[in-house]
Amino acid sequence: MGKVEKPALVDREQLLIDRFLADNVLFLGPDPEIMEEHDISPRSAMEEAALKKNIDPAVQALIRDRLQAGANESFEMLEQMGAAPGAKWGDLITGVFTASGDLGVCSAGGVLIFASLVHHPVRFINKYWATDPTVGIRKGDGFIHNDARYGNIHNTDQSLMVPIFYDGKLVAWAGATVHEGENGAIEPGGMPSAAESVYEEGLKMSPFKVVENYELKKDLVTFLQNSTREPKLQFEDMKTKLYACRRIEQRVLATIEEFGLDAVIVALRKGLEDCKEEVLRRLVEWPDGTVRTMCIADSTLRENAMIKITLEVRKRGSELICDFRGSSPEFANRCNNTLLSSLKGMLAQLFLVFVWPDLPRNQAVFAPIQVITDPKSALHSSYTTPNAQSMMTFFPAFTAMQLAVSKFMYGCPEKYSKLIAPWHNMIRTFIWGGITQHNEMVGNLCADLNGMGGGARADRDGEHAIAPIFAPMADLGEQELNEEEVPFIQIVSKKLMRDNQAFGKYRGGQGYEMIASSLGSPLWGFMTCCIGSKMGSVPGLFGGYGAPTYPLCKVKNVDVFEVMKTTPKKFEFSIVDIMNKRPFAGASYTTHHTGLQFELAKRGELYMITQGAGGGYGDVLERDPELVIKDLEENLISHETAREIYRIVYNPETLLLDRDATDKARAAERKARKKRGVPYKSFVKKWTTKEPPAHLPFYGSWGSDRSTIFAGPYGGMPRQKMNAGAIEPVYMPNPRDVKIAELEARLAQYEGVGTAKAAMSAKATAPAKASGASKSSSAKSATAKARKPGTRKA
Amino acid sequence: MKVPMTEYLAIDLDRELWECRVCNHVVGSARAPYKEGLLVHARDPREIHKPILDPSYEFTFAPDPNWVQIIEYYCPECGTMMEVEYLPPGHPPLNDLEFDLDALKAQWAKRAPMDLSTIAGPAPAGVDYRSHMHSRAGAR
Repeated sequence: MGKVEKPALVDREQLLIDRFLADNVLFLGPDPEIMEEHDISPRSAMEEAALKKNIDPAVQALIRDRLQAGANESFEMLEQMGAAPGAKWGDLITGVFTASGDLGVCSAGGVLIFASLVHHPVRFINKYWATDPTVGIRKGDGFIHNDARYGNIHNTDQSLMVPIFYDGKLVAWAGATVHEGENGAIEPGGMPSAAESVYEEGLKMSPFKVVENYELKKDLVTFLQNSTREPKLQFEDMKTKLYACRRIEQRVLATIEEFGLDAVIVALRKGLEDCKEEVLRRLVEWPDGTVRTMCIADSTLRENAMIKITLEVRKRGSELICDFRGSSPEFANRCNNTLLSSLKGMLAQLFLVFVWPDLPRNQAVFAPIQVITDPKSALHSSYTTPNAQSMMTFFPAFTAMQLAVSKFMYGCPEKYSKLIAPWHNMIRTFIWGGITQHNEMVGNLCADLNGMGGGARADRDGEHAIAPIFAPMADLGEQELNEEEVPFIQIVSKKLMRDNQAFGKYRGGQGYEMIASSLGSPLWGFMTCCIGSKMGSVPGLFGGYGAPTYPLCKVKNVDVFEVMKTTPKKFEFSIVDIMNKRPFAGASYTTHHTGLQFELAKRGELYMITQGAGGGYGDVLERDPELVIKDLEENLISHETAREIYRIVYNPETLLLDRDATDKARAAERKARKKRGVPYKSFVKKWTTKEPPAHLPFYGSWGSDRSTIFAGPYGGMPRQKMNAGAIEPVYMPNPRDVKIAELEARLAQYEGVGTAKAAMSAKATAPAKASGASKSSSAKSATAKARKPGTRKA
Repeated sequence: MKVPMTEYLAIDLDRELWECRVCNHVVGSARAPYKEGLLVHARDPREIHKPILDPSYEFTFAPDPNWVQIIEYYCPECGTMMEVEYLPPGHPPLNDLEFDLDALKAQWAKRAPMDLSTIAGPAPAGVDYRSHMHSRAGAR
């Protein structure tokens, strides 16, 4: 006869097991309860009690203004005093958090995504360290953090969080986050694209106490300094962040003294709750329905691969769901993976910056919006996958969402910002590292990543090199100041490249060229980390074209500083002229995708990139011909573009527009469109394939079926098919091994061996080529075959 | 009532039809994808984003046609390019707009017709765009 256990006994046993497990935690990893939640916290007892007091809303607004001023002031302090290039150009933020950890107020300038993600580590500290006898939270403490798995986007960004006490009670938190750059990773500069595991990404600081009695703990600072390439930077910016937080603390305490604790608690809480309510009210005004978009990241930064980000946004009443299921699987040994919390932070600041910039800059703006992803996808990556370059997948996700929001918003009578085509979405800049002219080891990056081109608006062109997608107010930095500190110069900078734009009724804003070269260092090198060399990462809106693609260009085996001394006329001041005229005898000229791992650069060798363009808006044939002429005058477009894309007719010598001829040319093009266009159903029948073409290394779902995920083929590894609910992480072979296999196969062919194995190997690796090395002859012929002759006069 | 839903498409709520906003051509039922009523053309992306560098280089600022094609959608009546998609070869076009027509009708039953003068959205506070315009563009 079976035993019947007494329920009380079962409960006692369960209690015992729970206690045992709680007392014997091996280590505290990221807490899913914290990391998967982006709503504001439930009201605390302190907030409930304060809310019972009838605090005048006008006083609440005054308090929030006071706190806002404090946040702005601390931001200025941090920007002026910070040592990191990121601090100097505004890649930082400060804010006031509630006692529970919700971001209540953040500085007007800076990187909003940081602020909208620091609530995770604050909540972790509240949950685990407050009651831990070996840690605790006391007045004068400060906690440091940079591991994105506990909040934020990647570990180059360091936060410091300081609890604010009043009458012995924890009443708020102050936070400051800076893109510090160097963090001791496998490559200098803090964003290692070569990292194949989290252990190669440098410092991984879960939140820990590094400040007591308002003093940095010297033992821990020493440890951190020894763990990075820039010990001076590490120390200086920890101090600076501490002082910035202390300034916020002063302002919060002064505000409490003036208005009372309850009033401040209510001002923060109601600021969040009212903001959430307002978001719900605004969402109701959007049309109900579904909008679908997609964006492709064309590189892992180690190799070209087609990484799909797919999005279905569903809106009903005040409910908005961002469904990213069907997107690429995560990569086990590539650092382009995005954590779910990071994705949410990026989407949050889309609304804060681009959709509802009038709303308070707090965490509640995104609180009512839902996000769905496939676990183990590139947008919901695992604890074990590296994420130092998460931007390579969450920036395209941002773009997919920005496009979807514009498609919802067009039909809304009331808008709060300009209707806009997607912003440029890549950090096109140089990461650098090595020994400076002052004999110091450094690793960081150029502020030029903030020079992204703006998307075209529904009634005007996009702005050139205006701001990054993650910070509405940031700076490009002063090149002359950089040159005092680091041993390279930008020989060409802030120069717009002709035709390097997204065309449309309104064109996107352009980025600019950068030509960098090392000078005066015994050891110096560069990295670049962008997608978008084979297919653009920024689409247009409503018939506007997207941004073009962007290569890395290199000229090696040359010292241009010697050229400038001996034959200065040989130097050309544009990428196009240098690459097309090849003015330096004996030098090698190559182009590459923009995922360059750290590479040593000798004095006078050239590394050349361009910033990217924002998307175009509307049909090119609707562009005001006068605006086309203006673009010609400003050398933004070529005559070829004016004639063949915009279809205007004018005198190329005087730029005098012929309106009648232009009308006729445009009418003829519209007629030509009708002639070449085929009915949709016929097109789909001919165009659509059931699966990705065999030659494409494709990652993600294909078409409307988001339940089947494809991965590969790449580098001899066959294509996998998997269920979206059971994704297996993708392992990529080393691009060098792929290259070696390809070369060995070709060698075998040349030597007449021609074994079946070699042939098969060559076949398997050929489509996945373009690992960034200079072009082989076989690739040359393949490319030449694919191109139509005469498309460009060299 | 006709409600503008994109730069070039409106929905006639009474007749439940997608219409071209340039020529009023009826594109199709508003309960079906608007793309079904349009003409489509797949382009080699290098026709639009021409190689800026010598085409002998592997990367030239032009997209790789083996990886992406530009899908253009035209109004069958006036030839306006209403939408553009950048798709990998063979990837099915997206059914990008699927609005709930009944909800839209209910929503607009309580609204006045759209004020087209404000459809692009408000200018940022404190910005005078006129001062940013180049005089020649306006004068020509």
